[in-house]
Amino acid sequence: MARSITEIRDGLTQGKYSSVEITQDYLDRIEQHNPALNCFISVTPEIALQQAGEADRAIADGNIQALTGVPLAHKDLFCTDGVRTSCGSRILDNFVAPYDATVIENFKKAGAVMLGKTNMDEFAMGSSNENSYYGNVANPWDLNRVPGGSSGGSAAVIAAGLAPGSTGTDTGGSIRQPAALCGVTGIKPTYGRVSRYGMVAFASSLDQAGPFAQSAEDCALLLQTMAGFDRRDSTSAEESVPDFSADLNHPIEGLKIGLPKEYFGDGLDSQLAATIEAAITELRKLGAEFCDISLPNANLSIPVYYVIAMAECSSNLSRFDGVRFGHRCDNPRDLEDLYKRSRGEGFGDEVKRRIMIGTYALSAGYYDAYYLKAQQLRRMIKDDYQKAFTEVDLILGPTTPEVAFAIGAKTDDPVSMYLQDIYTISLNLAGLPGISLPVGFVDSMPVGMQLIGNYFDEARLLNTAHCYQQVSDWHLQRPQAFA
Amino acid sequence: MNEWETVIGLEIHAQLATASKIFSAASTQYGAEPNRHACVVDLGMPGVLPVLNRAAVNMAIRFGVAIGAEIGHESVFARKNYFYPDLPKGYQISQFEFPIVGRGQISISLDEQNRKQIGITRAHLEEDAGKSIHDQFPAQSGIDLNRAGTPLLEIVSEPDMRSAKEAVAYARKIHSLVRYLEICDGNMQEGSFRCDANVSVRRKGDEKLGTRAELKNINSFRFIERAINYEVERQIDLIEDGGSVVQETRLYDSERDETRSMRSKEEANDYRYFPDPDLLPVVVTAKDIERIRAALPELPEQKQQRYISEYGLSNDNAELLVANRDTALYFEAACNNSAAPVAQLANWILGDLAGALNKSGLEISDSPVSAEMLALLVERIADNTISGKIAKQVFEAMWQGEGDPDAIIEARGLKQITDSGAIELLIDEVIAANPEQVEQFRAGKDKVLGFFVGQIMKQSQGKANPGQVNAILREKLKH
Repeated sequence: MARSITEIRDGLTQGKYSSVEITQDYLDRIEQHNPALNCFISVTPEIALQQAGEADRAIADGNIQALTGVPLAHKDLFCTDGVRTSCGSRILDNFVAPYDATVIENFKKAGAVMLGKTNMDEFAMGSSNENSYYGNVANPWDLNRVPGGSSGGSAAVIAAGLAPGSTGTDTGGSIRQPAALCGVTGIKPTYGRVSRYGMVAFASSLDQAGPFAQSAEDCALLLQTMAGFDRRDSTSAEESVPDFSADLNHPIEGLKIGLPKEYFGDGLDSQLAATIEAAITELRKLGAEFCDISLPNANLSIPVYYVIAMAECSSNLSRFDGVRFGHRCDNPRDLEDLYKRSRGEGFGDEVKRRIMIGTYALSAGYYDAYYLKAQQLRRMIKDDYQKAFTEVDLILGPTTPEVAFAIGAKTDDPVSMYLQDIYTISLNLAGLPGISLPVGFVDSMPVGMQLIGNYFDEARLLNTAHCYQQVSDWHLQRPQAFA
Repeated sequence: MNEWETVIGLEIHAQLATASKIFSAASTQYGAEPNRHACVVDLGMPGVLPVLNRAAVNMAIRFGVAIGAEIGHESVFARKNYFYPDLPKGYQISQFEFPIVGRGQISISLDEQNRKQIGITRAHLEEDAGKSIHDQFPAQSGIDLNRAGTPLLEIVSEPDMRSAKEAVAYARKIHSLVRYLEICDGNMQEGSFRCDANVSVRRKGDEKLGTRAELKNINSFRFIERAINYEVERQIDLIEDGGSVVQETRLYDSERDETRSMRSKEEANDYRYFPDPDLLPVVVTAKDIERIRAALPELPEQKQQRYISEYGLSNDNAELLVANRDTALYFEAACNNSAAPVAQLANWILGDLAGALNKSGLEISDSPVSAEMLALLVERIADNTISGKIAKQVFEAMWQGEGDPDAIIEARGLKQITDSGAIELLIDEVIAANPEQVEQFRAGKDKVLGFFVGQIMKQSQGKANPGQVNAILREKLKH
């Protein structure tokens, strides 16, 4: 069965199969494998087959859009008109949005088919997908390990072949880290490249949507549809969107790539480091030039991130109050009881922890010491990158410090869990784009490599990843159980 | 009482007259059925984002330019976090550190001679909350979010006012200004113009400000005065009895004419302000400001000066006419294409018309006597068709809807008698009928002249031209 979007698109237009057929194939695989993986919070076969039928009629009419008839899965924090959007939380277990997120609207216009909504850490808060009200997701490469998070379901569906493409969001690494842990390709675009309208907000100044697929080539197709200015999101960029697919085959000879010494120091698994080294050798063969650079404030990323992200989430999650939508406790005695029990019952532990920390950081008397200081340091982190990009075209490093860990291994140690994002988080703080692609295995588990680009330079990231994928086949490897 | 000084600062919320809300496309129309004008953004649905309505920004700049304030070149929206059922997002989008309008000032007039400058600390943009409805569903409250997201300009004054009267004069001045600028309809009943007062007292000569109470829920100019006066007396009594004022928010109850404690400083929310990451800083260029400045309408003070220089009005009358934009517009409409003397027009507008409007509780914009008709009436006095006294009768008839002044004068036969032959005849009759008074006059008792004039006017049913009557009468009585 075809696993690549490019291949499916060709198969559909050449009449090798219909969208209804390929959609049904994927729905069958979901039915077969999802019980073991728990990738989906909602599967939407009726909508999928209806959209597939429409796609087949459009193809028959010669009315073919960018993704006509291609089945996709969406992270369950994109609002979908008429379909539950739970955000992995009990508090939204009964929530059906009355509108489509811009990303969803764009995919509808492009003719794509929605298979369902994928599992995730509650409100995108987590790095292992263990914080979901709907249970954890298993990593298709080893069912006892985590798929990463927060977009764990969206990464796992690609690895297990339950969808050829999916959407995720990345606030501190939530696309790149699960992509790395599941051995798939995922890109977090520049902040502002993709509209946030209709994405349930975690940390507004950091959240950015992006795609997962097996290859950079497929990611280019999906990002093309997702990207673009949206007047409903004031922070979306009025920046023209290049033709990502057309830009894939530029030679990378002479490309200057920086290796930040901070990304190869203590804390990085040595076997993982060796895998990255091997990938660097491949890129060198393609003509890329490497040099050492420094991002001196990189070590501040995690504390800075956890002040800013938590401050913003403490405010963003205030609207879940049991008044207008979502979970409401039974028989509230009064207003305060309504708030306390609805939120107390509706939110999970990690979400509560972050709301409390964020509330504290914004409190009178602490604001300057935490939030304001964090914003100043954020500027310094951004400046480090700006300086580096005067010398290099791209920056390269590992996506994660280690491969996927066992389910439950870090649940009692939030700080060690937060360290999962040490290489990814600074990009969100700076607003830069990054892509993670598979470059090998350690302990039979996939290893992800991260490429970091300058603002709105997604085309170069996709191009470089694609060139690498033309000379390697790590991205085509599949876990045996889901081959 | 005399050893005390009152210190007052006002926070005025003016609802900006935009067609749609400040962060959504929903209508701002007042009075629709609950939640009809609440879109997904106003409902605070998950995933929605605010988009700034630039019209609200331009209105705020208009206000800033009019009070000579600095305009923030980069103002920032911040979130004010607190939970309340009619606050859908759990935070209000407001401005905190960097408001759109910085320091400015406005001049109020205290009496005929004295004016006072009142400092305006800042004015910032924010969204309004919705309304909780507590009296429609048994044991439940309803939420109406029609008002949620309506743009407000919060105008914060310095604590520059020293009496309730000054506070009212200031509030009226701001009210007048926002209506001149056409940025707020000023309707206090509908809540388009709301006022909170920060009130404290201190002993005269003290430098340090006393502890203040914030008075809320004051929805008319009359109540501003009463609420402040009540509060001042309460605070003085409290201190004189050995107590002290606590910093708190107090609600004004107009039914009982008293203020009641709502929440103390300790119970106050920590709003955890921080810049709203969903909105970019509002950039205002010098060019934007100049464009808005150039398009400003004539403001009350400029109008007042023009009325004095162009029409020769007294300062007082000019000021009274410009105090309310609709009055000024009425006055200008009356002057337009009319031969009526402007000073007399002003007197009529500020006198008889204002009195009639007041008595029937009407606004000048709803006056049954139009500006054009009033001008016609005054013209008829000036051209001696009727006397000032008869004019009052005609005005009364016009007010009752009996038509234009000429028609009324004609129908009622009120035309003034200016034929000196006819007047002489009337005078002769009255002189002949009152020989005793004639003797008194000739003996030097000048006062009797009034008696004769009265008699003659009565005989003529008020239609004789009073000037002519006087002149001819004097002549006749001498001989």
